[in-house]
Amino acid sequence: MTEILDAPTTVPSRRPGRPSILVGLSFLVIALVVVCAIAGPALAPYSASAQDLTDTLAEPSAAHLLGTDDLGRDVFSRILAGAASALTGPLVIALGAMLIGSLLGLTAGYRGGFTETAIMRWVDLMYAVPQLLIAIVVVGVLSGTYWEAVLVLIVLTAPGDTRILRGAAIEQRGLPYVEALRVLGVPGPRILIRHVWPTLVPLSVAQTFLNFATSLVTLASLSFLGLGVAPGAADWGRMLAEGRDLVDVNPWTAIAPGLAIALTAAGFNIAGDWLHERLAGRGKDRT
Amino acid sequence: MTLRALAAFLGRRLLGLVLLLLIISFLVFSLIYLAPGNLVDALLGTGEKSPQLVAAIEARYHLDQPFMVQYLLWLKDAVQLDFGTSIKLNESVTAVLADRMSVTLFLGVFGFLVAVVCGLALGIAAALRRGTSVDRGAVGLAVLGVSTPTFATGLILLWVFGILLGWFPVIGDGDPTFSDRLWHLTLPAIALGVTGTALMAKMTRAALIAGYEQDYVGFARSRGVGGLRILLVYGLRNSLVPIVTAAGMVITATLTGSVLIEQTFSLKGVGELLISSINNKDIPVVQATTILVAVLVVVVNLLVDLSYFAIDPRTRRA
Repeated sequence: MTEILDAPTTVPSRRPGRPSILVGLSFLVIALVVVCAIAGPALAPYSASAQDLTDTLAEPSAAHLLGTDDLGRDVFSRILAGAASALTGPLVIALGAMLIGSLLGLTAGYRGGFTETAIMRWVDLMYAVPQLLIAIVVVGVLSGTYWEAVLVLIVLTAPGDTRILRGAAIEQRGLPYVEALRVLGVPGPRILIRHVWPTLVPLSVAQTFLNFATSLVTLASLSFLGLGVAPGAADWGRMLAEGRDLVDVNPWTAIAPGLAIALTAAGFNIAGDWLHERLAGRGKDRT
Repeated sequence: MTLRALAAFLGRRLLGLVLLLLIISFLVFSLIYLAPGNLVDALLGTGEKSPQLVAAIEARYHLDQPFMVQYLLWLKDAVQLDFGTSIKLNESVTAVLADRMSVTLFLGVFGFLVAVVCGLALGIAAALRRGTSVDRGAVGLAVLGVSTPTFATGLILLWVFGILLGWFPVIGDGDPTFSDRLWHLTLPAIALGVTGTALMAKMTRAALIAGYEQDYVGFARSRGVGGLRILLVYGLRNSLVPIVTAAGMVITATLTGSVLIEQTFSLKGVGELLISSINNKDIPVVQATTILVAVLVVVVNLLVDLSYFAIDPRTRRA
């Protein structure tokens, strides 16, 4: 009888600490992209902009792993070179959003009152409008450059970080260590920067990975539409747009950059989810 | 919740909605001032510039008035669905938009249905077979679906089914008959639906798994209630709030995604109009299109929030 009376146990989930093969692969993809972003042009067999008009639209071969485009440029080399702009833009966006989001979120969550209302109204406003549309219209009408697009996306991404860090800061505000510091007379900004912020860094870092993946896709969407990046640049979104018309001659001009974007974004998404699971709950046991 | 409380809630939300649209419309109106170059040049686009034309533009946009007055006059017309004349097409903006609506609407509804049907099926399958290869496959597909840009999915589908297999047309939106539209828009709709499918599957799976851990599900099982009834009446019915939230997000993603998909498949819809108007500096069309999409998104968000009251009686108490 005792077996029957036992409370039903839920299916034991895998320990979140141990990375699976998929997570390992994701970090491998990220590492590969980073290596290409730093040393891409040196590793590439050809220069990304070198044209060879006698060898256009070649099929994949030993000389050209992914064939050539309509100007005879080596697609594989261009993918390697494109890693740089695929990495820097999203990195700046994710870090910028983390910085602004942490500052606003922590302030809102810790101070409360009017400051919180003002910040959160702004966040609500940014959430109510479709991000990609705003980015397209603003960057398009202002004929923005790549870095202006990055700036617009920082403003559009920061509200997400703000919301998450505000929630976490509210949780921390009532904990004994914060109260103890307050009783000791430690000034508010110091408590926030030296004591509360470090406990929330893991959460921020995990969110930064997820933001990176989203920004990569959004930036690529903009350059696919011809916004931000200059024509002819070795940028994955731009290459995809230019390869669109060549898809029946050498499909790899379009498929390869598409896969590059998808794999990189998936890598950052999986790594971010894993970090979230592993790091986000860590501070809780110590309370 | 009494009818009065509901009316008060609705009134508050509508007020917020109007405020939000005012802010958006103000930003959209300011676009012409932020655009690089001379204002009259921006409004005339690349067309030729005669003194009469310049005078007509100045009168149309009340350029002799202060900025705020210009905005209010523009808003007065916009509320009556008059967004001026397209610079490039020399037609009323409203007529141009209405002309493009049918393709985008067909594509949007089709893509939304793909996302909801596939997403629900995938999410339910993953939740019921939790921890098995079915679950892992569904979760993996969801991550890949969120990570792959809509246009990349579209291009791969175009290549495989349009060029290699030749099952579907590669370009255009076809004749306005239903069957031809359906045939031409199937690939675009699937590509458009992939991101939504991933979103839907993720939310459905999480909500169902949480629901199945409840005591009432275990109790229903021990009473011998059938699996299908548990899924529909106990599981899905109680997961409806997150599922409807996901559906609202899917509509937003579908609306913005159609801009990319129309470009990928060369469809003459509202999204393609937006991009070509941006490239031609046809500001009145850009303004109208942006406002149209913003209104749609804001209204969908409101409807989703209202649907919570119908779905879950507990939300009515607050």
